[in-house]
Amino acid sequence: MKLVIAIIQPYKLEEVKEELYRAEINLITVSEVLGHGRQKGVTEVYRGAKETGNLLRKIRLEIAVNDDFLEPTIKAIVKGAKTGETGDGKIFVLDLKECVRIRTEERGGIAIG
Amino acid sequence: MINSGDTAWVLVSSALVLLMTPGLAFFYGGMVRRKNALSVLMQCFIIMCVLSIHWVLFGYSLSFAPERGFWGGFSWFGLNGVGLEPYADYAATIPHQAFMIFQAMFAIITPALIIGAFAERMKFSAFLIFTVLWATFVYDPLCHWVWGIGGFLRNIGALDFAGGTVVHINAGIAALVTALVIGRRKNLDSNIPAPHNLPFVVLGAALLWFGWFGFNAGSALGANGLAVNAFVVTNAAAAAAGLSWALLEWLCNGKPTIFGTASGAVAGLVAITPAAGFVSVIPAIIIGLLVSIFCFIAVAVIKPRLGYDDSLDAFGVHCVGGIWGALATGLFASKAVNPAGADGLFFGNPKQFLIQLAAVAITIAYTSLATLAIYKLVDLLFGIRVSEKEELIGLDLTQHHERAYTVLE
Repeated sequence: MKLVIAIIQPYKLEEVKEELYRAEINLITVSEVLGHGRQKGVTEVYRGAKETGNLLRKIRLEIAVNDDFLEPTIKAIVKGAKTGETGDGKIFVLDLKECVRIRTEERGGIAIG
Repeated sequence: MINSGDTAWVLVSSALVLLMTPGLAFFYGGMVRRKNALSVLMQCFIIMCVLSIHWVLFGYSLSFAPERGFWGGFSWFGLNGVGLEPYADYAATIPHQAFMIFQAMFAIITPALIIGAFAERMKFSAFLIFTVLWATFVYDPLCHWVWGIGGFLRNIGALDFAGGTVVHINAGIAALVTALVIGRRKNLDSNIPAPHNLPFVVLGAALLWFGWFGFNAGSALGANGLAVNAFVVTNAAAAAAGLSWALLEWLCNGKPTIFGTASGAVAGLVAITPAAGFVSVIPAIIIGLLVSIFCFIAVAVIKPRLGYDDSLDAFGVHCVGGIWGALATGLFASKAVNPAGADGLFFGNPKQFLIQLAAVAITIAYTSLATLAIYKLVDLLFGIRVSEKEELIGLDLTQHHERAYTVLE
């Protein structure tokens, strides 16, 4: 079992979701986060005071998958989020020790999907 | 003779109507997604700035100057000749400039209503040019036809007390045309956008209701019985329509919503607008109860079937509600309420209904063609729609370099 954490551009969420659904990966958690990468943000100006860089708004996806779903998941995220420009984001893959479905108390791979 | 009570009421009413535009900004602003909230507020607010100037420079002249024809001409350019004495053909008891500034607020809110149709996808620069052209070539002529001296719809006897035709049908049909030509927003099918702030919608609807007393009761142009009648029927129609929309949802969807109730109240206000000075309170309640049914069908049944994306239902509420109001005026108008008006169908004068129908048809025909022409011209010269990436990022950041809400400080 793996835990996939992806940081993507907020405006790419729709496309990534679509790609994931197409690969039959339906169980995802989405949150809004701030992050600092190499990319400069969209310029913001408040009463003449310019603000760029700094912390940028990103979307963080968390997806727990069984091993045979790992590559399709990564491919779907890349396909949906990639523009080729700085700021497209990152995907982290972690080993997942345990997974429990609260309703049934099932454990392991069966509880993921 | 200037009457101080009349003048005071018209000035207060002008301020009330001005407040409707920021009210509308919140009504619409709450319905869009977070990333576009400021763009809608900005579009409404800049209209207050741009059209206020437009109006005193030449908008008022085009709409109300006494030349007979397509519009009023330029003889009152820069308020030349529009002074502090009454101009009896429009309002005999208030300074001419008081009438002018009251009318200015109508000219401001009308183009703002259209924003609901193309919200979340129009380029700000193109929007400005579109709005100024639309005010000049659609609002001003139509205003002249219905309310100006020598206007031909005024001459055939069409009744429009406070702007059902000039404001609501006009803006509503322009909304449908722009929604059709600009096309649907991206990703609509996979993800129907939820309103980002419903409390704003309610705040906006409440401000609209409040300001509408100036809109309708102020259109009596005096502090008199007619103003009181307009005030009372306005309140009754809004209340009946809000209630009726809530009941309709309860019946059809299982639960009444605040979004629906607020929308219903606004639809009621739209519908009573042309009738406010011509009908009594029972017809006003009937107008209110029925308008929600028509608008509900327009936004919940017809819109999804036809697939056009009138984002915030400017057509579904203002045009549909406005048409019903204009026709209802032809049904329920009574000389007992306003001797200067006419009797409607239910008071023995079927001809009035046909006159109302003609005024509606002419408005729809002219406005849809003129709006289409202006849209195509602006699109050809500047490009009206933002790029796909800008639309996905949102108009606040891409058109204005600011955002409405922070995540963390």
